[in-house]
Amino acid sequence: MNFSNLFKIAYKALLRNKTRAFLTMLGIIIGISSVIAMVSLGQSSSQSINNQISSMGTNLIMVMRASQRQGGVNLGSSNVQTLTAKDVDAIRSQAKYVSAVSPLVNASGQLVNGANNWLGSVQGGNSELISIRKYKIASGINFTELDVRNSAKVCIIGKTVVKNLFPGGENPLGKTIRFNKIPFRVIGILEGKGQNQMGQDMDDVLIVPYTTVQKRILAITYIHMIMASAQSEETAGLATQEIEAVLHAVHKIKPGQANEFDVRTQQEMLEMMNSVTGFLTVLLAAIASISLLVGGIGIMNIMYVTVTERIKEIGLRMSIGAKNRDILMQFLCESIILSLIGGVIGILLGLLMSYAASAGLKWPFIVSVPAVGISFLVCAATGIFFGWYPAKKAASLDSINALRYE
Amino acid sequence: MMDEIIKADCLRRTFQVGSEEVHALKGISFTIRAGEFVSIMGASGSGKSTLLNILGCLDRPTAGEYYIDGIAVSRRSKDELSTLRNRKIGFIFQSYNLLPRTSALENVELPLLYNHTVSAKERRERSVRALEQVGLQDRMMHTPNQLSGGQQQRVAIARALVNDPVILLADEATGNLDTRTSYEIMSLFQQLNSEGKTIAFVTHEPDIAVFTGRIIQLRDGHIIKDSPVAAQSAKDCINDELQMTNYEAVIPDSCIRNS
Repeated sequence: MNFSNLFKIAYKALLRNKTRAFLTMLGIIIGISSVIAMVSLGQSSSQSINNQISSMGTNLIMVMRASQRQGGVNLGSSNVQTLTAKDVDAIRSQAKYVSAVSPLVNASGQLVNGANNWLGSVQGGNSELISIRKYKIASGINFTELDVRNSAKVCIIGKTVVKNLFPGGENPLGKTIRFNKIPFRVIGILEGKGQNQMGQDMDDVLIVPYTTVQKRILAITYIHMIMASAQSEETAGLATQEIEAVLHAVHKIKPGQANEFDVRTQQEMLEMMNSVTGFLTVLLAAIASISLLVGGIGIMNIMYVTVTERIKEIGLRMSIGAKNRDILMQFLCESIILSLIGGVIGILLGLLMSYAASAGLKWPFIVSVPAVGISFLVCAATGIFFGWYPAKKAASLDSINALRYE
Repeated sequence: MMDEIIKADCLRRTFQVGSEEVHALKGISFTIRAGEFVSIMGASGSGKSTLLNILGCLDRPTAGEYYIDGIAVSRRSKDELSTLRNRKIGFIFQSYNLLPRTSALENVELPLLYNHTVSAKERRERSVRALEQVGLQDRMMHTPNQLSGGQQQRVAIARALVNDPVILLADEATGNLDTRTSYEIMSLFQQLNSEGKTIAFVTHEPDIAVFTGRIIQLRDGHIIKDSPVAAQSAKDCINDELQMTNYEAVIPDSCIRNS
């Protein structure tokens, strides 16, 4: 028998029981759509994280204070006060793969401009901080080394701060705003950057000379972090090693002794986040696959019932010349058609769901071509795998008994 | 020789039921020529169903040879039997065996779907013609549940006719119908027979058998009578059988030698 006739027989048989065909497909539809949606959403989230980390610069290197132990008690990292501006100077003069380096001192407090106020955070750095953090100045100027030396009360503010302190739309440049009662003159405004991978608003920022934060706000002599840029993405690893070596020398840390600091690159962050989202994607896909399996078993169940119910029809088909192979192929074809149509609907539904979800979460919408392709193959395989046994049973019926079956 | 549509030569069929051998057919020989209208009669257990299965190429004889349209059947494979059924035989069943929720036309098309030499266009044309032959040209798009029993059986007859078989095999084809409709169906068979169709009709009802031209009577796996209807009415046939206490089977000499 040729294929078009076979197909015709199978789909006519399915059309005779539309409701049941649909309900059988439903299992596959749900299974496939959840696999597609999960994989697609997983990839969207990791893509969105990738985008944001790269927008921060993949050559970014951060030196953070490591946690400290004293007599077996872990004191956390906030007590560490050994990182200072001297370390920054040492890195600048000795590490040749580092193109820019800045201390970072953070503080948070209430920002006030006239009747408007806003809980903001201050980041103190040197004049290189803006370029290291991949900010751009939209209008105004950066502060200078002189401002740093003088602990000048100047600031560069992000868009969110502008929006909240200057809701009337006036130009903030040259205006004075107060941070914890200390007046700062606005000398620059940053271009918008949006949220980072943690969902933090990167525009909610006030950048000032670090000496100002140290002396006028926090009254400390140490710094919280060092931020540096490697010359390029490729030299980030070398730059990291250099920084570690310099800091070991400055802090006189012997090999094998616990570090007072951690040197991290954005690359590592990227890999860590990717491994997390990758794991989540696999986990979600695995859970969704279970529903696909259940859908497949649903097909098998229905095909079984169908075979028993249609014994007389099978007998008739045999009596008018259907070979055993024809019967086998018909039932197999029926289950493949069911699972493929279910699969196509499921793929479309899954894409729709992930589109809606990623639009809602403002993630990039990604169609995972391998996931769609694999789902399609899985559908065909499900149809064959779960259709085979019932079809085999149908084909092995004895024509005489089937014909006289009541 | 070619006008011998069916030639049964000393057919035997033995079934293994547990450790026991059941002899359903014990050496049956007869010939049906082109254009004949034969009824095969017998009480239940006489072997007529077994014989019908063999005549319909659903089953193979244990011994002996069966020729349909000159083709020997007993050593054919299952697939070859399927093809023989598809090309040579038209089946009509007691319970019509139509596909539910499927139009009359599509039901009639069914056998041709298993014959890849027939194009879709030709399939449609032949099915329409077959339905016209049984007088259902106005009911082509009706599904079985929209048709009366008699009409359903006509659809089944059209389905049997559509592949232009050498013989129509009817198995108690009027068994589910009332007397009046049965007679209508029988006169349809007579009409088809007069148009040249060869028909074998299995029944246990004598008043149906009288519509045919020849009655082959089975009992206990033997042919006990094979006679034209004109010579003896079917009713008499049954009476004969009831009266017979020691019947003598009609067994050809050749079979006796073989067994």
